[in-house]
Amino acid sequence: MLLEWILGFVFLIVKLTIVLIILLTVAAYLVWVERKLLGRIQARYGPNRAGEFGLLQPLADLVKLITKEDTVPQEANKGIFLLAPGVVGLMALLIFAVVPFGSGVTLWGRSIPLVITDLNVGLLFILALSSISVYGIALGGWASNSKYSLLGGIRGAAQMISYEVPMGLSLVPVVMLARSFSLVEITNAQSARPFIFVQPVSFILFLIAALAEIKRIPFDLPEAENELGAGYHTEYSGMRFGLFFLGEYITMIILGSLIAVFFLGGWHGPLLPPIIWFLLKVGIIVFTLIWFRATFPRIRYDQLMNTGWKVLIPIALLNIVVTGALVLGTS
Amino acid sequence: MLIEYLAILIYIAIAVFFALFAIIASALLGQKKPTPLKQAPYECGMTTFGSSFRRIPIKYYIIAMLFLLFDIEVVFLYPWAVVFKEFKMFAFISMAVFLGILVIAYIYIWKKGALEWE
Repeated sequence: MLLEWILGFVFLIVKLTIVLIILLTVAAYLVWVERKLLGRIQARYGPNRAGEFGLLQPLADLVKLITKEDTVPQEANKGIFLLAPGVVGLMALLIFAVVPFGSGVTLWGRSIPLVITDLNVGLLFILALSSISVYGIALGGWASNSKYSLLGGIRGAAQMISYEVPMGLSLVPVVMLARSFSLVEITNAQSARPFIFVQPVSFILFLIAALAEIKRIPFDLPEAENELGAGYHTEYSGMRFGLFFLGEYITMIILGSLIAVFFLGGWHGPLLPPIIWFLLKVGIIVFTLIWFRATFPRIRYDQLMNTGWKVLIPIALLNIVVTGALVLGTS
Repeated sequence: MLIEYLAILIYIAIAVFFALFAIIASALLGQKKPTPLKQAPYECGMTTFGSSFRRIPIKYYIIAMLFLLFDIEVVFLYPWAVVFKEFKMFAFISMAVFLGILVIAYIYIWKKGALEWE
């Protein structure tokens, strides 16, 4: 009994470590993928000096970030300044804890579910953590004691809380159809057909709101290079900047996985093994995000706020009522 | 039940360990040559002037207040969404009344101009 328990514990730790290492490596290589794709889209080569096709670029970046000086601006609120990037990085990593990336495998007579933990309140867990990451942005900008950082932090906080409402509302129809908060249950509810065919409006709302939530182009106002320097992370250098940066790319992967789980049917798909399907769906979403970056200009702040409060929220509310009526009508 | 949260706890520990490792490694390997100019807040190369903390437009506070109201509404919608298929018509009508009241408030703040950015 005790041996069994210890064995299970060891399995758990090994699984968590492997998932974390893969997640971080993929995030580091996503930087390379993004730079390479942007380069090709703009008729450039992208990184091609470090190693074949620039494949060693993430490694070179890591060495550079680690050996750089970690400056703290004078009169900065030191404790909060040092903590903020950790909050951003940690929250990004933590959201992945409830994302199922496969149907489960059997190793040495022991079935291992391919999800770190299947919480029965998984969806609420995700929403809560994405709210906490607002703190990382707002406090990082505030504690820097720099005008650009403060502006970026406030913009970021206002933008993220504004788009949290439509993001939350756009997932309500998904919960109504799946009747569960657990991400595994939500995936299983889509084994016949993905929710994107049942809830196309929800899908578009969630995509737009989540794009604003992770501050990607066209919603990258908190870090607008040409007006704010780099916004909330202007004053950060070295590995702390690296943590902000890594957090950003992990959230890209997370957004891809969340869209795959909520709307594209997660690991379900014909012929190919489940985990390949999942990676394929995440890959398509992440590619689309990079494509957006290469295509769209940044929108103005008043346009951003108007879209969130005057367009997305009414549509989301209407979508919930219509979904409710349809569910009632068909049952 | 609790074992699920134990997994999250261990995951947090490993993630924190990673973040600390990165920062401590950079503190050990990175150089330390602080100068007053380097520690000054970035202002496009000009000498810093004035305090960084200025007055912030009231708009941001209004947005924060509205967010509280609307986010709580979202919180109410979630438990309702889970049991919707069981309670059917009763759930639909009760939520329609709730949303109706909310829409009146929404129209009010819109007409008052709380959502305008100029």
